[in-house]
Amino acid sequence: MAFVVDLGAPESTDPSLVGGKGAALAGLARHGVKVPPTLCLTTRAYELFVDAASLRPVIRQELGRKNFADMRWEEIWDTALRIRNRFLRAAVPQAVETELADRLAGEFASGPLAVRSSALGEDAEGASFAGLHDSLVGIRGIDEVIDAVRTVWASLWTDRALLYRRELGIDPDSSSMAVVIQRLIEGEVSGIAFGVHPTRPGCVAVEAVHGLNQGLVDGTIEPDHWAIEAATGLIVEHRPPETRRRLALAAGGTQVEDLGGSPPPRDGHRLDEIIVALCTTEAIFGSPQDVEWTIDNGLLVLLQSRPVTTATTDGTDKRSWYLSLTRSLDNLRGLRHRVEDELLPAMDREAETIAQRNLESLDNPGLATEIENRRATHDRWVDVYWREFIPFAHGIRLFGQFYNEAVRPDDPHEFMNLLAGTPMLSLRRNRRLADLAAFVRDDPKLASRLRNGEIHDPDFGARLDAFLGEFGDAVYGNRSVFDDRRRLVRLLLAMAATPPTAQAFEPDDVRRLTEAFLAVVPAERRGLAEEILDVGRSSYQIRDDDNIHLARHKALVIDAVEVGRSRLRGAETTGGHTTDPDQIVAALRHPNLVVEPPPETVALATEEGIRPQPRQLVGQPAGPGVATGPARLIAGVEDLFDIEAGEVLVCDAVEPNMTFVVPMVSAVVERRGGMLIHGAIIAREYGLPCVTGVPDATTRIETGDRLTVDGYLGIVTVSRGE
Amino acid sequence: MNHDPSHLEILRELLSGQLLGVLATHHDGEPYTSLVGFAATADLRQLLFATGRATRKHANLVADARASMLVDSRTNRPADFTEAAAATAVGVVEEIGTDERPLFDEIFLAKHPHLESFVRSPSCVPLRLQVSVYMVVSRFQHVIELHFD
Repeated sequence: MAFVVDLGAPESTDPSLVGGKGAALAGLARHGVKVPPTLCLTTRAYELFVDAASLRPVIRQELGRKNFADMRWEEIWDTALRIRNRFLRAAVPQAVETELADRLAGEFASGPLAVRSSALGEDAEGASFAGLHDSLVGIRGIDEVIDAVRTVWASLWTDRALLYRRELGIDPDSSSMAVVIQRLIEGEVSGIAFGVHPTRPGCVAVEAVHGLNQGLVDGTIEPDHWAIEAATGLIVEHRPPETRRRLALAAGGTQVEDLGGSPPPRDGHRLDEIIVALCTTEAIFGSPQDVEWTIDNGLLVLLQSRPVTTATTDGTDKRSWYLSLTRSLDNLRGLRHRVEDELLPAMDREAETIAQRNLESLDNPGLATEIENRRATHDRWVDVYWREFIPFAHGIRLFGQFYNEAVRPDDPHEFMNLLAGTPMLSLRRNRRLADLAAFVRDDPKLASRLRNGEIHDPDFGARLDAFLGEFGDAVYGNRSVFDDRRRLVRLLLAMAATPPTAQAFEPDDVRRLTEAFLAVVPAERRGLAEEILDVGRSSYQIRDDDNIHLARHKALVIDAVEVGRSRLRGAETTGGHTTDPDQIVAALRHPNLVVEPPPETVALATEEGIRPQPRQLVGQPAGPGVATGPARLIAGVEDLFDIEAGEVLVCDAVEPNMTFVVPMVSAVVERRGGMLIHGAIIAREYGLPCVTGVPDATTRIETGDRLTVDGYLGIVTVSRGE
Repeated sequence: MNHDPSHLEILRELLSGQLLGVLATHHDGEPYTSLVGFAATADLRQLLFATGRATRKHANLVADARASMLVDSRTNRPADFTEAAAATAVGVVEEIGTDERPLFDEIFLAKHPHLESFVRSPSCVPLRLQVSVYMVVSRFQHVIELHFD
């Protein structure tokens, strides 16, 4: 049984052995269509690999950790990352490696190769899942091919593929992956052609770029787009890109080159041969095709062909939005500039301008308008947050992937240690609070006065004012966090009574880790590695900071709503009891309006006589270590100030605006899941055990339950009344 | 995509779907386990089973009525680690009285009709585990206790 077959072998038309892409290439070659020299590594090789390395139980266990429908995108990414790391660290069976080396020795020995995924269901008619698995270009030599094959095999389990696992029928026991290995043709022009235009009936579509096709396929390079009437060959639309660029081979991979004002990659009349190729492939396979093509020395070469499919999504399917979060380094560079240099400063400037407006000088209708304006401004920035800030968080993932491929660490999340210690606003705020606590700790007389409720010490008061001037507009839920000075003093006294906590990562640690990472990266890729790390660090910092910036706008809304509310209360109108901004706005405009009290919430009934009690809850390991302590469930701002040193923070969703309590706690448990969420990030900064993605954390755990948080295995053990 | 079934649903499924459980007793602190056919009452508070009067488990239970029973859905495949569920019932074992015997027969024999001659044998003792708590395990390590008030 061969592991490697060429396109002339009878087995090469069997999609169950060579995957959809491999079988289609064999079909094209058989009909005389020019395709690159190609070998197929069959599914037998994948199966031998996963069985020899016992990877099937690993995948099953990762996917079975919790109900897939309950996983957030961060958790799906973590799951995929862990599976991928196991693949990257597993040995490829010698028999596969030997056969591959033999077959690559001849025609494929010189020059770069493309190593492409060829999944079993990916290109089937009726399915549309292109781009869920990985393809790599610019691969040279057997060692790089083996690494690339491992990466492509692992990509059967990417986060993107896992999102569509139901449609793809992905199953640890039966799923398999073939790999197509081609001589890379560095065509002068490349592109994609669609036998059915996605939006114009009766037309076909052609997209073309200068250079390698990979840049177009992975979204790095924007193409020229043509819509062409199928019956007449008439061009009905030509849409050029904003800027023409090309992807070219470079030492250690590929690079993007700016082409300035270069002409379109194809003249209109030279699209004919591509349209002919669409007709030919439709005749071969019996249905309209999507093809990838390149022009090599003036000749058209087809890189792949698959049936045209239309992705059917309704408005509730958020998976396509999630797929859009996967960004290239180039895209992240642009996004970083926009977020750091334009959006965050603009958001702060606007907050400062709004804060200068005097609410007391407004009459009631004017205040109502001001509340509406502030809410609209906040909503606009929330929209920016989802559109620009969240996608930028992909910088962390991009670095993680790069790090794991270079280092292949035991811990797939080791890369997070290199991101720690960035100058996040939340850490600066926590240091300022720690300084205030130290000030109290060092002055027993002051501490005693503060304990007795004498909080107006001038020196201490000035320091507190300075802190509030910088961080006073923190918001948690719909409440200001630091609006009650006495509450804040109580927290500082608690902090002063416990020894100061240090951050887990000192700059020296991070520097050492960074040096070790860069040392394993080949010299020609070191510059790239440094840039990806830099983007990762910025992304990591902004992921936390953006919430603190955004909270300033939320605080402005709350300030205005509170002024409105106190006016309504003072006037004894019916709106005084409400906290609903809409009702307050209406009552400010219409003094005689009757405001209905909010409906009472009804507790859910439980099965009579049976009392469920948690014993052991499974989540995701998000911060290594084990700690035991009483639970402190955070349901609102008040709970934050009740935290006692050594307690375990249990929360639905940890937010950067509330993480000032983290230095006091012994561990963090969060209902939301993932390594990239704020709870996990801040726990790692302080070296605390952390378990995230515990589905019922806040409903099953009660304040006072004794918890043991196992941050290695992602398990929370609950002892109640023992 | 369906959400996880509740632990009570998992328990009901286990107790109705499984024929056998592993009964744990002890003798002077020495643990002892035995495979027994069981049936649960509708309120899940009792697990009914039967044993010969001369068995070691019966002797153990006469000396100390405290016992537990494990009921699980494993199928001896690697997938069991994530897919199998298990429930451990903890409680006290009592002999079924004469007045309760018709109800025992009705419930137990509905599930194990082929054991009719065994349970009607004079040397067979009908028993119930009066459950105080179930520990229900799903997804390998997710454990919820269900206490009866």
